[in-house]
Amino acid sequence: MLKRLTPWFFVLLLLVSCSNEQEKEQTLTISAAASLTDAIEEITDIYEQSHNLSITLNIAGSGRLAQQIEQGAPADVFLSANQKWMDEMENKTVIDPSTRINFVTNRLVVISKKGTDPLPSIQSITQLEKNEQIALGQPGSVPAGTYTKQGLESIHLWDDLEEKMVFGNDVRQVLAYVESGNVTYGFVYGSDAASSEKVSIVSELEDDSHDAIVYPAAVVKASDHPDSARDFVDFLRSEEAQNIFSAYGFKPVEEREG
Amino acid sequence: MSYSPLFLSLKIATIATIIVFLLGVLSARIISRRIFPGKSIVESVLLLPLVLPPTVVGFGLLYLFGVNGPIGHWLLLLFDYKVVFTWVAAVIAAIVVSFPLMYQSASAAFQNYDPNVENAALTMGASKFKVFFTISLPLAWPGLLAGLVLTFARALGEFGATLMIAGNIPGVTSTIPLAIYSAVEAGRMEQAYTWVIVIIALGFSSVLWLNWWTKRNVMSFKQNS
Repeated sequence: MLKRLTPWFFVLLLLVSCSNEQEKEQTLTISAAASLTDAIEEITDIYEQSHNLSITLNIAGSGRLAQQIEQGAPADVFLSANQKWMDEMENKTVIDPSTRINFVTNRLVVISKKGTDPLPSIQSITQLEKNEQIALGQPGSVPAGTYTKQGLESIHLWDDLEEKMVFGNDVRQVLAYVESGNVTYGFVYGSDAASSEKVSIVSELEDDSHDAIVYPAAVVKASDHPDSARDFVDFLRSEEAQNIFSAYGFKPVEEREG
Repeated sequence: MSYSPLFLSLKIATIATIIVFLLGVLSARIISRRIFPGKSIVESVLLLPLVLPPTVVGFGLLYLFGVNGPIGHWLLLLFDYKVVFTWVAAVIAAIVVSFPLMYQSASAAFQNYDPNVENAALTMGASKFKVFFTISLPLAWPGLLAGLVLTFARALGEFGATLMIAGNIPGVTSTIPLAIYSAVEAGRMEQAYTWVIVIIALGFSSVLWLNWWTKRNVMSFKQNS
């Protein structure tokens, strides 16, 4: 019996040894909101090359990331798409408040399949046909959804549209729904719309119809490498990183003095 | 808190279970006792959803039923009907993932008794239908019932493929598993706890009932014979 198991034991040993291979150098885990995907991938690539460490990106809706970090998932830096989840992490002392900064802003747009004519006004989005639906982030957990709900409520369209809504679990899913043609309209950030060649912007929600979309970053208290994490957070505001962000459709934070 | 996830779950799981039961019994009866080339390949394909990750099933369904997919496109063109992100899509997802359980149980059930009892009835002039309903079905019933309960429980718990093809629309496709997911994502833990308890109660009671029923009926059946 034992003899027959011996080769399997070696296979097991081999598998176990494989998984430990990577932990040679310092690894930073960055939990980033889904809307940051493309820009943050490029920024972390540059940062990795110039700082001799490796970065693991954990990309999901901000709400999910906040839950994960709170439950003790490994993370050094948290990049949220709204202040709400960062406030929550601060209140629960999960992040280090002294490291918290705002690094980019964004706007909310309505997208449809590439080549769709712009809507004459945002109100005309209510004229949907039987099979047409609109997608937005789950308002309870996805910041883009929360902003969209605020915006639609302030122009009194929420109730009319509610039965046509499909909720995405992060803003990228909303984008994918529209790209595939399975829903007609989607509410995403300007940066998401810019990242896809399969969609066109057909309208937008006025900035004053919802809370300002400002992305905060902070170092997670449980981080094993707080200094490197802090350095990365500072790097997000560097000219190099800001240029990448603006190339992906984000806007810089306007510093308000006093 | 709305009760709609409970009713939606029961509606979707019940409809899926009825369809899966009919399809499963029929296909198992046709395939299981026959020997033909490629039989094991056909059976493997039928059981595939059991071993594939739900995301793969969901991806496949989204491809087939999406508005640009081979089936979805024609449904839209011929019937002006869009399947994805409707409760019907949730039923389809539940059917596909739970079908293997029904097929497996039914297949075992039909091989579990001596086929000569059917042959005997046939030689005495009973029609195929009569033989099926008065001999095959009653003899296979304990196994079929087990499949039925497992199918219902699996359909009730279906999450991954549903999320991909039916989306998460409160009151339309947001079944209990999806409601739990949304509640956890949004940090509404009390709501998540409540639904978790409800679904454990539903799953537990269906399996418990099955065990009780099997013991009572199969045992007495064996004692009597």
